[in-house]
Amino acid sequence: MSSRFINWFKFSSPATFYPLAGRMVPVFSLIAAALIAVGLYMSFFVAPTDYKQGEGYRIIFVHVPAAWMSMFIYLVMAFWAALGLVFNTRLSGMMTRALAPTGAIFAFLALWTGAFWGKPMWGTWWVWDARLTSELILLFLYLGYLALQGAIDDNRRADRAGALLVLVGVVNIPIIHYSVKWWNTLHQGASVSISSGSSMSAIMLWTMLIMALGFWAYTIAVALSRVRSIILEREADTTWVQELAEVRS
Amino acid sequence: MSVAEFFNMGGYALYVWGSFGATALLMVIEPIMLRSYRHNVLRRISRLARIKAEERV
Repeated sequence: MSSRFINWFKFSSPATFYPLAGRMVPVFSLIAAALIAVGLYMSFFVAPTDYKQGEGYRIIFVHVPAAWMSMFIYLVMAFWAALGLVFNTRLSGMMTRALAPTGAIFAFLALWTGAFWGKPMWGTWWVWDARLTSELILLFLYLGYLALQGAIDDNRRADRAGALLVLVGVVNIPIIHYSVKWWNTLHQGASVSISSGSSMSAIMLWTMLIMALGFWAYTIAVALSRVRSIILEREADTTWVQELAEVRS
Repeated sequence: MSVAEFFNMGGYALYVWGSFGATALLMVIEPIMLRSYRHNVLRRISRLARIKAEERV
């Protein structure tokens, strides 16, 4: 009930958010380590061999979570970008910037593990298929955002320009998601969907979900850790930063 | 299942370990790079704070 009265803008102040993020990083690191450890054990020792793809299908346990995260992180970046443009809060731009490298890593991993799965199953590392091509564009959007942000010296202007690029690029996310429906692709359709449930065996699905949750916790931990350094860098001249114990020592 | 059988992954060793290996590598490197980023930022700011403090004296 009291949540309606939380002043969310208080947390948009870097001075308030910095210590809060500092307390959250170890918590999410631990959650990530635990979930990924369980997920890996299940990936190799619990999930059964696939009747069609043998042991090769186990790539799914990193491929799908990485691909999900690459799209999800982009949506979260778009959320922060929109918030930054509307409310002009400093922290929004920093959060967008902090998420981008991790998103780029997951987009790259989705493509890399996809190639290593495509080679034995389809006979090719790469095809210019709608799903693969739109995911490649997602990777370029992340890299383009980072390049644009890095090319502008004034942080506030860099944030605004980056936010616009991120918001325009959002159009690519539904294209990735529906690409397997809209076009005739080599990539298979979704095995898990919100509307019709899952066509996978329960144990495989659980393994994939646990890995995905682990990647999700990992993303929160690294993004918060990165945003702390960005805050320090950008607020270096302020009194609260210069009075921090880690700066004074 | 023997250890050799496990690492052979039913003949898919290159593909399975190539995928899990690349993922593990990047997810280990990223936190290490973040640690050195934070270390560098803190060192730079500490120096800045020291210079300011000396100016005030």
